[in-house]
Amino acid sequence: MSDLCTVAKELLQSGQVKLIVGYEKGSGPHRTRPVVIRSAEEAGRLVFDHHSLNNLAVYLTRKEIKHEGRIGIVAKGCDVRAIVQLIQEKQVKREDVVIIGMACDGVVREFGLAWEREHVAPKCAVCDVRTPHLYDILVGSPAPFEPPADSQLARIEQLKAMPPAERWAFWEREFEKCIRCYACRQICPMCFCDRCIADKSVPQWLESSASRRGNLAWNIMRAFHLAGRCVGCGECDRVCPVDIPLSLLNREMALVAKQEYGYEPGRDPEAPTLIGTYDKDDRQDFIQ
Amino acid sequence: MSESNWEPKIVAIVCNWCTYTGADLAGTSRMKYQPNVRIIKLPCTGRIDPVFILKAFERGADGVLVSGCHPGDCHYNAGNFHARRRWMLFRDLLDFVGIEPERLQFSWVSASEGRKWVDVINGVTDAVRARGPFTGYQAINKEFVAHE
Repeated sequence: MSDLCTVAKELLQSGQVKLIVGYEKGSGPHRTRPVVIRSAEEAGRLVFDHHSLNNLAVYLTRKEIKHEGRIGIVAKGCDVRAIVQLIQEKQVKREDVVIIGMACDGVVREFGLAWEREHVAPKCAVCDVRTPHLYDILVGSPAPFEPPADSQLARIEQLKAMPPAERWAFWEREFEKCIRCYACRQICPMCFCDRCIADKSVPQWLESSASRRGNLAWNIMRAFHLAGRCVGCGECDRVCPVDIPLSLLNREMALVAKQEYGYEPGRDPEAPTLIGTYDKDDRQDFIQ
Repeated sequence: MSESNWEPKIVAIVCNWCTYTGADLAGTSRMKYQPNVRIIKLPCTGRIDPVFILKAFERGADGVLVSGCHPGDCHYNAGNFHARRRWMLFRDLLDFVGIEPERLQFSWVSASEGRKWVDVINGVTDAVRARGPFTGYQAINKEFVAHE
């Protein structure tokens, strides 16, 4: 990781960035945690490995650090997609961020797991950005990596093959577990609203108690607000304390976006967003 | 309400300029249609946040119809184009969580299409009637009904 530290040191020393958001060694084996460094002396703290799980793009829109100046960010390809989507949505200016793109050989699905084949995060199965598609500085080059099977898609197809009543029962059981901690929202780089609809009480669109009705409404609206925006980093899945398979909903929306509109979020910083634009000839055979 | 005299509750969320006027035309032309529909008028289909649709189900709707101006006819030029993309995603999402597609339908009804409005409402009502009460959603509502 000496490359990363050298890059970080130079960026801070030369004043190109005020701070760098990256990963440092965590509190135990197979763990890292996010760190913000502000001086060249701290550059040695940065690490990057199969356990650099957090999508640090979530910090780019945080007022607490945004005002400090130009931000350097350590980003895997999937994180870069989140940054690009933020640029597309005008939340981040390209010139305000220095992307330290990390060639990535895959990550584990959660902290504490050793780097083994059965522990690989599901998103790595369909990753095509092991070398990030956009960066200012690239660190490393990807090693050969045999991706695991696409377990997410298999589960989605399995769900779709069920009759609606069974799907409903499946999701009802999943949503029933929700304790409305909003960890999925806090970790999500795309959930940057100053005031989330879930926190509004006049009028109260989403029942705020952890009831079956409120949980259904919250989880549906969360998924919908991310439709065509979610880059599939899978952080919501990782942080959910009750293991609701949230990324199945997100992935399903991504599949529709791709299939119907040929759109993938976070690919092209110049492209308009999916629902910020339209085509006069968009499909409408479902409308009478 | 006992099962024998159950009638579907349909909520129609419509735009002010086309569909509402079309429904008005059906009324002033004295056309008859099934009385199961409750109309909610908004300025434009572009103003229809999908959370409104969920709210309708929460409040006991068995089916929801969303209707507005034909493409190209929007009073605000592009409201219905934007809405159309959202509907595509939202209906797929509801289908994915197990809400039958018949319970959420969409139509374009212009100000002059009173006849079409009648046909659409009759069609939606019949389709929802065939599906029966939306027991899935009503079951998760039970803990709240006492307060409302």
